[in-house]
Amino acid sequence: MSALTFTLTHRPDQRVDMSPLSCHLLEGMAPAEIAAIELYMGRRKVRVDALFKISGSDTQHIVIENSFSKLDFIGKGLTAGQITVQGSAGAYLGMAMQDGVIEVTRDIGIFAACEMKNGYLRIHGNAGDFLGAALPGNRMGMKGGTVLVKGNAGERAGDHMRRGNILIEGDAGDYCGSRMTAGTIAVMGQTGRYPGYAMRRGTLLLWRQPRLSASFNDCGAHTLAFLPLLFASFRKLDSRFAESSAAFKRVRRYCGDMSELGRGEVLVKI
Amino acid sequence: MIINGVSIDATFAEAFPMKATRAIITAQNEKWALISAQAMTGFATSVIACGCEAGIERILDSSETPDGRPGVAVLLFAMGGKSLAKQLETRAGQCVLTSPTAALFAGIEGDKRIPLGKNLRYFGDGFQVAKLIDGKRYWRIPVMDGEFLTEATTGRVEAVGGGNFLVLAESQPQALAACEAAIEAMRRIPNVIMPFPGGVVRSGSKVGSKYAALGASTNDSFCPTLKGMCNTELSMEVESVMEIVIDGLSKEDIDQAMRVGMQAVCDLGAENGIRRISAGNYGGKLGPFHFHLQEIMA
Repeated sequence: MSALTFTLTHRPDQRVDMSPLSCHLLEGMAPAEIAAIELYMGRRKVRVDALFKISGSDTQHIVIENSFSKLDFIGKGLTAGQITVQGSAGAYLGMAMQDGVIEVTRDIGIFAACEMKNGYLRIHGNAGDFLGAALPGNRMGMKGGTVLVKGNAGERAGDHMRRGNILIEGDAGDYCGSRMTAGTIAVMGQTGRYPGYAMRRGTLLLWRQPRLSASFNDCGAHTLAFLPLLFASFRKLDSRFAESSAAFKRVRRYCGDMSELGRGEVLVKI
Repeated sequence: MIINGVSIDATFAEAFPMKATRAIITAQNEKWALISAQAMTGFATSVIACGCEAGIERILDSSETPDGRPGVAVLLFAMGGKSLAKQLETRAGQCVLTSPTAALFAGIEGDKRIPLGKNLRYFGDGFQVAKLIDGKRYWRIPVMDGEFLTEATTGRVEAVGGGNFLVLAESQPQALAACEAAIEAMRRIPNVIMPFPGGVVRSGSKVGSKYAALGASTNDSFCPTLKGMCNTELSMEVESVMEIVIDGLSKEDIDQAMRVGMQAVCDLGAENGIRRISAGNYGGKLGPFHFHLQEIMA
């Protein structure tokens, strides 16, 4: 059984809500039923077969070909299965997903993995702002799972994050880990201004020395026993984080944000 | 049945159901992992007065431990789930949390989970940090030597306690030498511990006592100095009896441990003063698991 493949036939001017095309929603549906599903495109609704050529039948592995940055809500609430996006993805990728795998071969938009509960998101390109964050007005961001970004991430990655891992092989923008409640954000590249801004708990694991605000206090250099376990958990990933040369357990620990609860930490490789 | 001049009694050892768990202690080196494990499994010879029975199962190579450091696997057994959890927590808190460089991990899966570091975290006074790694929750508790890392819970499984056999010898040194040989062989068997000092107990007990307050008392039938005073099980040549008690995660584990232990005793044979191997048989009053010596050695 080959993957259920949606090949975009043309790029619409309006943004498209792709949330109905998730594995758990398509399970057991006939091809004709899938083709007749209506997607919101701007204010209008359009049939799936008006935008996509459909092939394959495995609803537990969906492939979206020729994808571009206006296809929003891909994999929203996904409970199982795999979605492979060939190209870029729009906003809210993997929003509130509960399990399964989403892979994107190029860049993704804002609010990817927002309020994600579990599963694995693998991004080969760059991620937009508010990766793994809470929706505006909400106070609980990502609650579990792993997000891997092979490129760079935008601003406010992990805003209000509560649990899970965000792994960024490239750089992270300003306010990385802002208002974090818990969880781990690892950044191999540079971080922008105000990393950990107003974080309450949680861990920012950095390969390069950040420009920390005055509300982070230096706790000194330490060898931390949990780091080998954390890096061991990364070994199954197709990532630079999985390489044994990436692992370390000796860090400089900064605690903060002292303007908030102050139980968070920024660990910098030494 | 006679093996190498050693008579194997046509009797069975009685054992009873217990609850068990395994924990893994790691440290900077094997020395400190062992120190911590010995402390944690100390005063845990018998549930009669210790609350639990515990022992070191084996030394772990650094490739076998969760954090890649040398470690020790310990097994704890208790009569009930609550008492097991209480003993585990108390011992972890007083003996592993306090032990320099030590970390503590779950060593067994099980549908039932019991707290390992889940409540010890409060020692961190609010500075403790939780980490969920690969679906397992860990606690990082700040302590004066750095951080105490502990997994939150470990598994609890059904187990068997009280497997045993008795070594009857012509002299005390010969009985002890045979038991030492048996323990050395049995320590290579996984999933079992021999909880008494050095794995050997010299004060085997019977069920009941003439004193109402006591549930167990000396096994007079096997006490060599009482041969002329009671309904003895000993011939005049037997001058010393020692017992090896085994707790295991399953009946099969105890079977295997008893087999290698009794074989080691038999290998010394009659020429080293070993006369008989018997077992603590309490007429079915002690427990539902019966280990027939001759069947095990057949």
